[in-house]
Amino acid sequence: RDFNERCAQCSEVNWGLTDGGRYYCRSCHNVTERTREVVNTDFMTNSRVQTISKGLRQQEKNDGGCEWYICEGFQLVLKKQVEALEALGVCPQMKDEILCNFWRCYLQKSKQAYCKRPAGETIKALSVCESSTDVDSDPERPSLLHLLSLSESEGDLQTDCSFASSVSKVSESTSVCSGSVDGSLYLMKNQKEKLRMTMPMTLSFCYMALLWVREPITLSELLRFVVEGHIPYLNVFQHFPEKMKLCGLDLKIFCVESWPVYEEVFNKMHELAAFLDLPRFPDITESCFLHPDMLCMKYLMEANLPDELHNWTCRVVKKIGIGEVDFLTLTPGNKSTRKVKYDVLAAAVIVVVLKLLFLLDDHYEWLLSEFAEERNKNNTEGGPYFEFKKWYEVVKHSLDVEQKKLDEERAKYLWRCEKPLFYSVKNKSKVLKRRQMVVNLQNQFGKLSGSVQCAEKPNPSSFQLSWSEEKTNGSCFHGHSLKGVLQAKRGFLTAMNPDYWLCTVKLCNENLCGHLAHYRAVEFPQSYHFVLGLFSFLLRIQPSYIHDEVCMIEHKLFDKKLCKKLKYNTVLRK
Amino acid sequence: SSNEHKLNFRKSKEACLSYIQDALLQKQWKRAAEFLTCYVESLEKDYSREHIGPSEIIWRIGSEILWHHSQSSMKEFNCFMEQMKTLGVKRYLKVCLEHVFHLLCNGQIDEAYQSLSLAESWRFGEQTAIQDKEMKLIQAYRGLLDYCSWSKQKNILLEHGEDGFSDLAVEQEMHGYFRKAAVNLKEIIKIPGVWDIFVKCYVDLLEFYGDHNEARQVLNEYAYNSKFPANPNAHVYLYQFLKRQGESKKSLISALKILHDIVPSHELMIDFNTMLQKSKKRKKRRLGLEVIFAALDYAGWKENAKAWSCLARQVKQIVVSEKHLDWIKQQWNSRKDWWPAFHFSRYLAKRNWQENKSLSYEKALVAGILLGKDCKYFKYVSHQGCKAQLRRFRMLKKFVNRHNTVCLRISG
Repeated sequence: RDFNERCAQCSEVNWGLTDGGRYYCRSCHNVTERTREVVNTDFMTNSRVQTISKGLRQQEKNDGGCEWYICEGFQLVLKKQVEALEALGVCPQMKDEILCNFWRCYLQKSKQAYCKRPAGETIKALSVCESSTDVDSDPERPSLLHLLSLSESEGDLQTDCSFASSVSKVSESTSVCSGSVDGSLYLMKNQKEKLRMTMPMTLSFCYMALLWVREPITLSELLRFVVEGHIPYLNVFQHFPEKMKLCGLDLKIFCVESWPVYEEVFNKMHELAAFLDLPRFPDITESCFLHPDMLCMKYLMEANLPDELHNWTCRVVKKIGIGEVDFLTLTPGNKSTRKVKYDVLAAAVIVVVLKLLFLLDDHYEWLLSEFAEERNKNNTEGGPYFEFKKWYEVVKHSLDVEQKKLDEERAKYLWRCEKPLFYSVKNKSKVLKRRQMVVNLQNQFGKLSGSVQCAEKPNPSSFQLSWSEEKTNGSCFHGHSLKGVLQAKRGFLTAMNPDYWLCTVKLCNENLCGHLAHYRAVEFPQSYHFVLGLFSFLLRIQPSYIHDEVCMIEHKLFDKKLCKKLKYNTVLRK
Repeated sequence: SSNEHKLNFRKSKEACLSYIQDALLQKQWKRAAEFLTCYVESLEKDYSREHIGPSEIIWRIGSEILWHHSQSSMKEFNCFMEQMKTLGVKRYLKVCLEHVFHLLCNGQIDEAYQSLSLAESWRFGEQTAIQDKEMKLIQAYRGLLDYCSWSKQKNILLEHGEDGFSDLAVEQEMHGYFRKAAVNLKEIIKIPGVWDIFVKCYVDLLEFYGDHNEARQVLNEYAYNSKFPANPNAHVYLYQFLKRQGESKKSLISALKILHDIVPSHELMIDFNTMLQKSKKRKKRRLGLEVIFAALDYAGWKENAKAWSCLARQVKQIVVSEKHLDWIKQQWNSRKDWWPAFHFSRYLAKRNWQENKSLSYEKALVAGILLGKDCKYFKYVSHQGCKAQLRRFRMLKKFVNRHNTVCLRISG
């Protein structure tokens, strides 16, 4: 901060301090005194650590590009992401201590850095295509097309593949093209061994770090922030420095064309944690945000449900033991414990509680509601009784409005960015022309759009739906009382509803089909579907995931009764 | 699996497209433009496997929006079309042609002509051969515009001719346009298709210059060549031409016969029936009856007084002569179940009487003959007519009463 010299490379004055005490430029990662051949383990500051120690790197090339490795790219991505998280209020230790260590550990374990390069694996200096003619046609070297189609990809770059091929007519003799040094190698690597890095995995890293620090951000929130643009993900490569030229296979790795899926990021995170041989994560206790009691409170508020329901969620949590430290805390590598999706779990608890109190069979809840309505007419003291019907109407209305907005936003989403992407230099001019035409058309039709185009991102907020007690139209149900659905029995308050229906009698084997149950909306009551839909919207995940957790909770809750039933059945058969 | 629900580029653009389509259907041009702005980046992706690619979609949707949007100008539209022309070489001529249509709709004939000429001179390797059909169309439309110019010159000449001036320059120009038009129009009508306007114009040219043989040949080809799609207008044009040429009734009738077969409700059926009624041949007169009955089967003819008068005349004549009553019987057999409600209801009697006395007269005559004097329609109209002391209605009443037995034989 006291260092005011301009950076030799990018002329910016934007310095950071490494742990080793040296200044590094935050814009271009230029480290002062870089000719020193010390193996510097400060990875965040000196991203070219491995090649400096080996002395292989060329600094400049004809087109102003430099040699760079895929993992360096990912490092930049992670850096941007964690900085964004910091801007959102996450503690600064996450970046400099937690995430950086995780990343360093990953690089080491996957043998991409901090180790001797294993024998037999040489990197053919694959540079940008223009200088490719001197490389002999090697029958073993796969063609561009082959590599493009090889890996499973998160995006739909297959179509760009045919575009590229139709334009540039790739033949066997051209070398594989990528701006990075090891792009082709990266895609060819046997993923099973080394847990190859992908864009969704960057989010797994972030989530892992967040979990370690026990920040109050759930995975669903993290992914929502990504989609809303608060955390760089789509087109993050446009922040790579000028010298890191991207083309060819790099696009396959860094350009995403789909939003990250909860399951994928979640599962990868656990794989990663095991891969890195991490110890047991810090305990998730009752005072943690991620504890079901806390999350239930948040979701109850957001779902506009009475605060009194919180007592019930706590009771369920306690009864089935999902509030225990050992259940909630992640121990990587332990295959016997079920991996906990904190947000989904909390939502599922609420759903179960609603089923306990209201049954949700498309019949009973409306009866109760009428009953409460009657009582409310004569109710003068205390808060009003909670009426399911009123709640349904209010929430459904808001939900429909928000869902409609979300659908339109998704349809209007702009995926491309200013930085042009091309597979080879040959189709560069075509790509640029296309880009220009797109920009022209956007201008032309943008002017005809009428309404003001707000390019502002909405401020990131933890709550998507908010309900105010101050509004007198009675649309906020937080303070409503559950007396209408409860009865006193032997000094305890129990639900008036004596029944319960299980979502499924038998749970599936998760290892075989990936799910505990299979949700089809038509097979379940509409009220249940509505409640699932509400949380599905809030968490931005498919209702079936919540349904799975509901099934799991129910089976734990009614464990004894189910066992009895099975025993009874077997007795009968005999 | 989770992959189905992945929100990706393709799905997002599909959704975008459906919003655009909804907006277009509801004529919400601003909203359509808003979503199209987000859709255009599809151009940067390759959709070579799809049936219709984004460039075509953007062209079609974009032109719709720009054409209808209140804030869009012709200048913007033209600029957009020029961009679209560069987008897909396989579609180049099609885009040119559509652009020309829009220019014509906007009254910009000269610009349209220029555009057509420019397109005509386009060459692009093997694409030129592939887009041969579109090229022919472009040439044909240029020919059409040449015809328009010819027509203008012709009118000028005719005016001057009246004044006694002869303008050589105008005449030369006129002949020049004729040549250019004729060449192109002749080409296109060789290809099987529906070329009504080209045929009409070409025949007009030929007739003016006295080449009736060529004109006749062209029209015959157009009407009778089985390779061409069935087109009622072809027969209409032929008929009109033959009439102009003063051809015999026989050839006129044969031209209209096919039209009757294809479009029994065509307006020329009145002419047809009139010709047939007057014929000396029994078969033709019978056909005439068939023709007029068939025309009146259609709702659009219900209130056509002329058609009813044709039918009335013919059935009256048959009843009076008491010959060929079986003709009427045959025609009436398939209609007696529904014509009464369709044409001769009491409601219609009232309405026809109020709105059009001549129509009600003719219809009453027919009703009286076909259904007898006790039918609702006849009773009401004749009663009203007699009350109003209109002579012809009294005559009508008398006539039907006098011939009642004959009528009963028909309706029996």
